Amino acid sequence: MQSLDAEGGTMVNKQDFRRINDYLWEIPTSFHPAMNVPVWVFADESLLEDALGDLSITQAVNVAQLPGLVGHVAIMPDVHQGYGMPIGGVMATRAPDGVISPGAVGYDINCGVRVLTSEIEYKAAQSYMNDLASVLYRNCPSGVGGKGSIPLPIEELDKVCRQGAGWALDQGYAFAEDLARTEEFGRLEGAQPENVSKRAKERGKGQLGTLGAGNHFLEVDVIDQVFDPEAAEIMGLQAGCLAVQIHCGSRGFGHQICTDYVHDFQWAVIHYGIHLPDRELVCAPLDSPEGQAYLGAMKAAANYAFANRQALAHHARQSFQEVLGPARGTSHLRQIYDIAHNMAKMEIHRIEGQAIAVCVHRKGATRAFGPGFEGLPPEYRPLGQPVLVPGSMGTESWILLGTEANEELTFGSTCHGAGRVMSRRRAKREVRGDRLRHELEKEGISVRAGSMRGLAEEAPRAYKDVNRVVETVSHAGIAHKVARLKPVAVVKG
Amino acid sequence: MTAFSNSPASGFQEIDHTADWAYQVWGKSLAELFTHAAQGLYALVGVELATEPRVVRTIHLTGVDSESLLVAWLNELIHLHESENLGFDQIEILRLDGAALQAEVRGAPTQQWLKDIKAATYHNLVIHSTEKGFEATLVLDV
Repeated sequence: MQSLDAEGGTMVNKQDFRRINDYLWEIPTSFHPAMNVPVWVFADESLLEDALGDLSITQAVNVAQLPGLVGHVAIMPDVHQGYGMPIGGVMATRAPDGVISPGAVGYDINCGVRVLTSEIEYKAAQSYMNDLASVLYRNCPSGVGGKGSIPLPIEELDKVCRQGAGWALDQGYAFAEDLARTEEFGRLEGAQPENVSKRAKERGKGQLGTLGAGNHFLEVDVIDQVFDPEAAEIMGLQAGCLAVQIHCGSRGFGHQICTDYVHDFQWAVIHYGIHLPDRELVCAPLDSPEGQAYLGAMKAAANYAFANRQALAHHARQSFQEVLGPARGTSHLRQIYDIAHNMAKMEIHRIEGQAIAVCVHRKGATRAFGPGFEGLPPEYRPLGQPVLVPGSMGTESWILLGTEANEELTFGSTCHGAGRVMSRRRAKREVRGDRLRHELEKEGISVRAGSMRGLAEEAPRAYKDVNRVVETVSHAGIAHKVARLKPVAVVKG
Repeated sequence: MTAFSNSPASGFQEIDHTADWAYQVWGKSLAELFTHAAQGLYALVGVELATEPRVVRTIHLTGVDSESLLVAWLNELIHLHESENLGFDQIEILRLDGAALQAEVRGAPTQQWLKDIKAATYHNLVIHSTEKGFEATLVLDV
């Protein structure tokens, strides 16, 4: 018999796991009578113990109780406690009668990462990094308590919802190659802005071209080490050169869409007789009017996020030109890839030998399809899909590739970052933002931040070691290492 | 200018959560719990209001139960900030039952709002009856 924790979930202990190998642990369905599928946790022993330090695994067991699940719930090594579904979770529901859950996508629909690279050698540009950080901070606003860089009338916002990064291309904010090197080519088919509330549009119309706050950032990195020279060459990654990472999502537009549907689905679960262990996991059948309405609205938010990262990439390019252009001549930033890590997608996967249509929910997890995937530009098809894994502020980040093996292990998914281990409250108590900024600057990292309190919450020690997370996904066979990046300038909202 | 107090005597207290913000809130009545939940939200994000112009809004919300109304209430305040840059220091709950909430709120434009709040969530949310009234723990996605 399981014990209940203070918040009503089922406590999980290390002895409840079956060790499959050094990097994979299973909680079988026998653990809890309401579990429909097992939970697979990808972690080394130390990361597993980290995950047991909060409610991550309890939340994973809750997710495993949703109706219509297939295979297993896959938990990434960067998992941490969230709300409803843990951050770092992947679940697949059978179409058409399985469910779709807005809370299992998250409020920041299509939060994701874009990486651009350059042929600018860090050594030659080092003395410009402070200026570059200031100009990036000015040109890429957080939008917190203010307005965005590209105000939109509502009818133009609807175009953004339908066209995604294609809208940005029409506006002169993109190169065609950027779209080719973006997940889903920067646009999800079937977006329905008519299923988005007026309230969401009011929230989103003034926020395009903004980073947001929390763990969102824009970072200039130097390509520190290359692990797969052949892949790096094809991708244009040169050791010692500058790269840029942009981490953000659909801003208040996506947040409000999720808010609206989580509220509306409270009635839907009563209507469809769905029993839930946590109300944040509300859901509706994929083929129901409610499920279809959410899917159309979610795609609108996803397209907004693709356009948002594209607009920020444009501002980053302008900033590089402004600061390094006169000195360097060539400061063009070439896109490596852009990925989503909060999304639900209709995909075909092989489950127990059969190809079936499923809705894969990835919350804090990255799609990571292997070589041969037709949704990649021709130069990447032999390699597999690029995966962009930001570390915590001041630490390394990684560029990986998807693998063929992850299809059966994680529905073609891998990790999305370092993953938190310390609460924001504790980080604020233990870390002073101004001191942290000073420490980072002593290490040669220029920092610009909207709030010192916000900076303290994102202190590196509040996160797991991203290198350990990447070693785990690499050993587990769910991603392949290409290159490691080190930060030289960080801009935070 | 109005700033919001973050002391435990105020009817709410921040608690630990790995990735997001969580706070416990209590009140002698459901209406007071809702008022404290709003004040807690404003204190956590470090709101400061301008002296004027003063504004009044009437809020009508529906929900499946009190928990659903509590989440909708906080999300309405987040929405009023992001869409109109407003915060409220006077809250009067006019009607609150298991299906609907009506409130009149008075406030002003915000001069300071330090933290982006994506949403108030339903995560493990239960409003408990206690000897002193009601209490609940809220998780905000930040």
